[in-house]
Amino acid sequence: MKPHRRKKLGIIVFIAVGLSTAIGLSLYALSNNIDLFFTPTQVAAGEVTPGQRIRVGGMVKEGSVEHSQEVLEVSFITTDYNHDVRIQYAGILPDLFREGQGIVAEGAMAEDGTFIASRVLAKHDENYMSVEVKAALDAAGNTPGMPQGVMQ
Amino acid sequence: MIPELGNFALILAFCLSIILAVIPMAGAARGNALWISLARPLTAGVFVFLSISLLILGYSFVTDDFSVQFVANHSNTMLPIYYKITAVWGGHEGSFLFWTWMLGGWMLAVSIFSKAMPDEFVARVLSIMGMLSVGYILFMLATSNPFDRVLPLSPADGADLNAALQDFAFIIHPPSLYMGYVGFSVVFAFAIAALISGRLDAAWARWCRPWANAAWAILTMGLALGSWWAYYELGWGGWWAWDPVENPPMITWLLGAAMIHSLAATEKRGVFKSWTVLLAIMAFASSLLGTFITRSGLLTSVHAFATDPTRGVYILGFLALIIGGSLVLYAIRAPSLKSEFGFGSFSREVFLLANNMILVVASAAILLGTLYPMVYQALTGGELISVGPPYFNAIFIPLMAILAVFMAIGPISRWKKTSTEHLRSQLTKVALAAVALGIVIPVLLTLAIPFGTIATTVLSFWILFAMFKDIRSKIANKPTVAAGLRSLPVSYWGMTLAHFGFVMTMAGACLSSIYSIERSVLLQAGQSADLGRYNFRFEGTRPVQGPNFIADEATIVVSRSGEFYKNLYPQKRLYTSSGTPTSHMGIDGRFLRDLFTTLGDQRENGGWSMTVYVKPFVRWIWIGTIFIAFGGILAASDKRYRQFKVKQAEKMAKVSAASQSAAPASLNAGMDAGGSGA
Repeated sequence: MKPHRRKKLGIIVFIAVGLSTAIGLSLYALSNNIDLFFTPTQVAAGEVTPGQRIRVGGMVKEGSVEHSQEVLEVSFITTDYNHDVRIQYAGILPDLFREGQGIVAEGAMAEDGTFIASRVLAKHDENYMSVEVKAALDAAGNTPGMPQGVMQ
Repeated sequence: MIPELGNFALILAFCLSIILAVIPMAGAARGNALWISLARPLTAGVFVFLSISLLILGYSFVTDDFSVQFVANHSNTMLPIYYKITAVWGGHEGSFLFWTWMLGGWMLAVSIFSKAMPDEFVARVLSIMGMLSVGYILFMLATSNPFDRVLPLSPADGADLNAALQDFAFIIHPPSLYMGYVGFSVVFAFAIAALISGRLDAAWARWCRPWANAAWAILTMGLALGSWWAYYELGWGGWWAWDPVENPPMITWLLGAAMIHSLAATEKRGVFKSWTVLLAIMAFASSLLGTFITRSGLLTSVHAFATDPTRGVYILGFLALIIGGSLVLYAIRAPSLKSEFGFGSFSREVFLLANNMILVVASAAILLGTLYPMVYQALTGGELISVGPPYFNAIFIPLMAILAVFMAIGPISRWKKTSTEHLRSQLTKVALAAVALGIVIPVLLTLAIPFGTIATTVLSFWILFAMFKDIRSKIANKPTVAAGLRSLPVSYWGMTLAHFGFVMTMAGACLSSIYSIERSVLLQAGQSADLGRYNFRFEGTRPVQGPNFIADEATIVVSRSGEFYKNLYPQKRLYTSSGTPTSHMGIDGRFLRDLFTTLGDQRENGGWSMTVYVKPFVRWIWIGTIFIAFGGILAASDKRYRQFKVKQAEKMAKVSAASQSAAPASLNAGMDAGGSGA
């Protein structure tokens, strides 16, 4: 093999090894950092291990939002109109958080069946519903028959 | 009537684009000088009609013509005039017209600033950009025409611009981001033209570099403005969320950074030719992918305008066609692009290769994390997952640290071969000083051993000291320092500034992530909350009336170590026509730290929830990016790129071909491979 060929081969091997290490490490990091999404029905069916970092999403149930008057704590129910999950959150709710609107909460289930949220996401825009919330409602079979007004 | 003229202008631009895509390209292939000479006038025509179209859309906004669907959806009689004009890019259809107009602008710029290039090459470049223009305008005409009407029952008033967009940054962030994004299509067109003509030499790299640098620098500004906007507008005090719509421009930016470095090696040394071309294709592909992700309805966010699946399918088809076609062309042509291959293991080429590998791996990892949830959902039949910031941080931060290590060595190393003695003599003291000061300063300031901070300061000093050392040794034999500094080429200063900016952004990002503190509280008027050495006292709220919103404005008295410092006035706004609430932060921005307050909601007993933040060094992130962008522009403006006329290039090629044995063999390879056949 000519010297420049050998050097070329060396560089190609170096790149190949570097890339496969990088891909391996990326996949490893990925496997440790994905958050699964659960619908209220799945939560009610006991599919969630308490303490596991997950996302839960659905509509905010009308009349379920309870603000504490002394501390920041707020609690509300998210629902897919079949099952409910109570969510507790100590923080500032997003601007577009409203009863009857779709939200996604990030956090973990506590032993008593409430969901302790570390972050609550509402949609950014009036016109759209989050993919996750829509999937939750679809799964619960509650999208087709629902009048548009309920979603607004 | 007027909007129909806009539509008509768009159709004319479409027809001219088709001619532009075909005739000059065919002319270049057959050596028909007349057909080639049509490229510039056709480009001007496309630009003029796109401009007319855009102006008419703007006119429809200013005159509140709600019979135009797009205007009715994104404007309102109460909207201030500057938002009416900029609402042109406040939604899918208009922003796509604006995007296409930007492409027209870049095309016009290429046709004007290309006097140094052979006409037949320019014709090919403009033809390829014409093809892109055909694709974009067809997309608008077929799926998302901004001039669609609601007739005969037009609404009396519009639905208003998305409240989250009504901010000064909305006026400047989308234009700069689009301009940078679309700029990559210039480099793409250069790359494809080079593949078609087989002309991929030092002269090509030299023509290409200013465009690549300019597009990348503008994209840097676009990204930074987006980050700054998210910081002060979205209310959670974050400046980067690894959100699926933020990631594609970041991928393009990283690939662009890799490309401008690889181009330097291609120009100076004739190496990495096919790699540079591949990077140009990938950078452009990632910009299209970004478009696809935000406009296909796969995501929901402020950026995701369109939720119509046909649009997603169209863009995906366009993406497949463009990328597939380029890669096929690449596969056929790349083997003929012979690179020089004479460099040793410590040469600058090797360090640039390391730079490229790190940047490409980083962008691939971000791409993986961005697409994974969508792929997972498709494969598992609808199971939803999300990939959060921990993944991206776990990959990106170590890679950037390695990049920082190489960033100090690269500029000091020499082309072709760097002796280890040279590196040792240049870098030993630099390394010792960086490690010593990088450890001592944080330890003395914090009286602890903060590992993250130490890593940041050591790496920052490492790059900065190496930079000073390099400048010093470059001007060592000049009579005075001033004369020495003046003698350094503009492009060198561009690189130095950009690297300095990188250090500043890196330090700002790391230090603000480590030292930011925040506290969410529920306060009654008169109550206060402590955070660090600051005290925030809530004085109550008062109603405020804006042009198209009403707001509660809180007065927060900040005192530092017991003494009055200043008042902050965060607002909670309600945009009346759309009924959308938004937050407006109260920020005190200083060079070394930001105070940041955001108002939540009012409870029944009159208390307000709010979050207060102290964010040290957070401004450095954006100040650094200004340096990066300015460095890129400076490098692009180096006269060297423009003085280099074709004839000189050919003369030099002959000279270097004659003295084949001489070291600067970078200009000969591929020079006469078939490009200048006409």
